[in-house]
Amino acid sequence: MIKIEQLHKSYPIGKDSLHVLKGIDLHIKEGEFVSIMGSSGSGKSTLLNIVGLLDVHDEGNYYLNGQLIKDMNEKKAAQLRNKFLGFVFQSFNLISYKTALENVALPLYYKGINRKERLKIALDYLDQVELKDWANHLPNELSGGQKQRVAIARALVTKPKVVLADEPTGALDSTTTDSVMDLLKDINDKGMTVFVITHEEEVAAQTKRIVRLKDGVIISDELTKAAKAV
Amino acid sequence: MFDLDRWREIFQSINKNRLRSVMSGFTVAFAILLFTLLFGIVSGLSNSFKGAFADDAQNSMRVRVWKTSKPFKGLQTGRRIQLRNDDYNYVADEYANKIQYQSARIYKNFTIKYKNEASTYNVRAVNPDHQFLEKTIIDEGRFLNERDLREKSKSIVIGRLVKEDLFGERPALGKRVNVNGSSYLVIGIFSDEGGDNEERMAYIPVTTAQMMYGNNDYISQIVLGYNPNLSLDRAIAFGNQMERDLRKKLNIHPDDQSALSVRNMAEANKGVGQFMGILYAIVILIGSGTLVAGIIGISNIMIFVIKERTKEFGIRKALGAVPSSIVGMVVQESVLITTIAGYLGLSLGTYILTLIGDSLEEDYFIKDPSVSPGIVIGATIVLILSGLIAGYVPAKRAANIKPIEALRAD
Ligand SMILES: Nc1ncnc2c1ncn2[C@@H]1O[C@H](COP(=O)(O)OP(=O)(O)O)[C@@H](O)[C@H]1O
Ligand SMILES: [Mg+2]
Repeated sequence: MIKIEQLHKSYPIGKDSLHVLKGIDLHIKEGEFVSIMGSSGSGKSTLLNIVGLLDVHDEGNYYLNGQLIKDMNEKKAAQLRNKFLGFVFQSFNLISYKTALENVALPLYYKGINRKERLKIALDYLDQVELKDWANHLPNELSGGQKQRVAIARALVTKPKVVLADEPTGALDSTTTDSVMDLLKDINDKGMTVFVITHEEEVAAQTKRIVRLKDGVIISDELTKAAKAV
Repeated sequence: MFDLDRWREIFQSINKNRLRSVMSGFTVAFAILLFTLLFGIVSGLSNSFKGAFADDAQNSMRVRVWKTSKPFKGLQTGRRIQLRNDDYNYVADEYANKIQYQSARIYKNFTIKYKNEASTYNVRAVNPDHQFLEKTIIDEGRFLNERDLREKSKSIVIGRLVKEDLFGERPALGKRVNVNGSSYLVIGIFSDEGGDNEERMAYIPVTTAQMMYGNNDYISQIVLGYNPNLSLDRAIAFGNQMERDLRKKLNIHPDDQSALSVRNMAEANKGVGQFMGILYAIVILIGSGTLVAGIIGISNIMIFVIKERTKEFGIRKALGAVPSSIVGMVVQESVLITTIAGYLGLSLGTYILTLIGDSLEEDYFIKDPSVSPGIVIGATIVLILSGLIAGYVPAKRAANIKPIEALRAD
C-alpha cells in the first residue's frame, strides 16, 4: 500500500538546510495498523505529511497503491488525497462555521456527490462514531473527544484506503483517548490501513506494529503484542 | 458555471462571516455611492443649462438693431437703425441654404377686449415660421399661415393665459376680439414652455401689422433658425458673416455692436458644450479615482480575508479540493459581494438623487439630477470586473500555498 525507499527530506532554514529525514525505508501493506514513535522533532510529522501528499520529498521513491509519486501537481495530489487518504489531525482541523454533519460531508462534495446523498452518508458515519445527535452542532459546541470523533468520521466518509493520524490523541484526556483508539481499531478491523503518529507508549501498544524514529532514521520496526495476539 | 453546491458554499461562507462580508462590501458600496452622487449632480447641472435655453429653438439666431455708436462714412453717432422688409428679403435670398426657419418680428402693446373683459398684452407680429423658432405649442386651432400673411387677415393666435383672462372657461376659438379698436378672429390658442410671460401674449400676421399700424415696411427684429446640418463652428461663422453683410448694407461701421448685432445660439451652445465637457471629464476622473480606490480597498480586504482563511483552504485541500475550486470559490464570493454592495450603493445614490429632485435648482442650479441607464450598465460591468480582479489575485496566491503550509497557518 505504502512503499518508501531511501527517502530524504530537508527544510531550508535561511542559507542552511535542516536534514530531517535521512534515508527512510518503510513498507506498509494493506490492512496494517502502524504507529510511529519518536521524540519531538525526530521527523514523524514530516514523514506522515509526505505519505499524505501534503508535502513533497527531496530524494528517494514513494509508491502509493503501487503508483510512483513524483513531480505531482497539486490538482492530481488533491484528487489522490480525496480518493485514497483520510486525515486525522491533533488539532482536529474542523471548519468552524460548518456543523458536524457538514464537516463530515465536505470530502464528498469534492468527490462530486450530490448534497442529499452526501448528508445521508455523512449522517451514517456520524452515527458510527456515536454523534448522530450532535449532527447540527458547530465544532465549538463539542468537547475535544467529540471533535476528534467528528474528524475521524470525516476521514472515513470517502472510504479511503489509508487513514493517516498525526497524534490524534495528543490533545485528549485518557478516557477519550481510549475511545478514539477503539475507533481506530474498529476501522483497522474492517480492513483499512491505519498509520498513526504518537509519543504515548500506551497508544502505540494498541497498534499492531511500532516504527521508531530517531534523528531522521528508523531505529526499530517491530510487531506489538496486540498483533501477535491475533 | 451554475453550480448550486458552489453557491451554497458561498452563501454559507458569507452568511457565517457577516462582519467580514459587510466590511469588504462597504468600500465598494461607498465608492459607487460617491460616483452616483457626483454623476447625478453633474447631470443635474447639465439639465439646468439645457433648461435655460429650452424656451427657444436650439438653433435660433436674432438680428437686433438699435442706435449707432460709431460714426461711419460721414454719418453721425446716435443714428437710429431701422430694419425693413427689404433687409428681411435680402437675408432670405442671400443665405437661403443656411436657413431652416425665418420670421420677422414687430413688437406691439395692445389692449385686447372680449365682451366686458379687457387687458393690455404684448402682441408680436410675425411670420408662420415663428411657431418653430419660439417652440410655440398649439393647443387649439392653428398658428398663422402664409395665406393670413398674403391676405393681411385680421387673425390672432392668443396665449393660454390671455384666453384664461378674457374667456375664462368659455371657448375662445372662432370668437372675435377687439385689438386696439379693430376686430380680430381668434384662430388658435397656444402654450409655451418659456413661462407665464410667454403665454400672456398674442401673435398676428406681420403684414397686417405693417398695414394697420403705420402703413410702412418696418420690422423690429429678424429671427432665424440656422440649418441644423451646419456644425456649431459653421453656424457661428454664418452668424458673423450675416452680421458683417447687414452692417455693410445699412451703412453701419463694421464693429458697431450697438447698431446691429446677431445673437447666435450656436455660440452659447458651444460655450455650454465646452463647459459641460470639462465638467464631465472632471467627474469621470474623480469617479474613476473613487472606483479604483474602491477596488484597491476590496482587494486589500480580500487579501486579509484570504489570509484569515488560509487554514480553512488547507483543510479543504487535505480533503481533496483542487486549487481551481478554491480560486473559483473565492472569486465567485468576491464578485457576489461587490455586485450586491455596488447595487446597494447605486440604489442608495439614485434614491438620494430622487430625494434631492429639484430642491437644489434655485440655489445651486442643479435640476433633476439622475444617472443614465448607460452609466448603470457601465458601473455594473466595472463592479463585476473589480470583483474578479479583487478576488482572483489573492485567491490564486492562496491556492498555490502548499497544503501543509496552509494547515500550519493560524
Ligand atoms: N516547515 C518547516 N520548516 C523548517 N523546519 C521544519 C519545518 N517543519 C518541521 N521542521 C523541523 O523539522 C524537524 C522535524 O519536525 P517534525 O517532522 O514536525 O517532527 P515531529 O513531528 O517528530 O515532532 C523539527 O526540527 C522541526 O523544527
Ligand atoms: Mg509532529
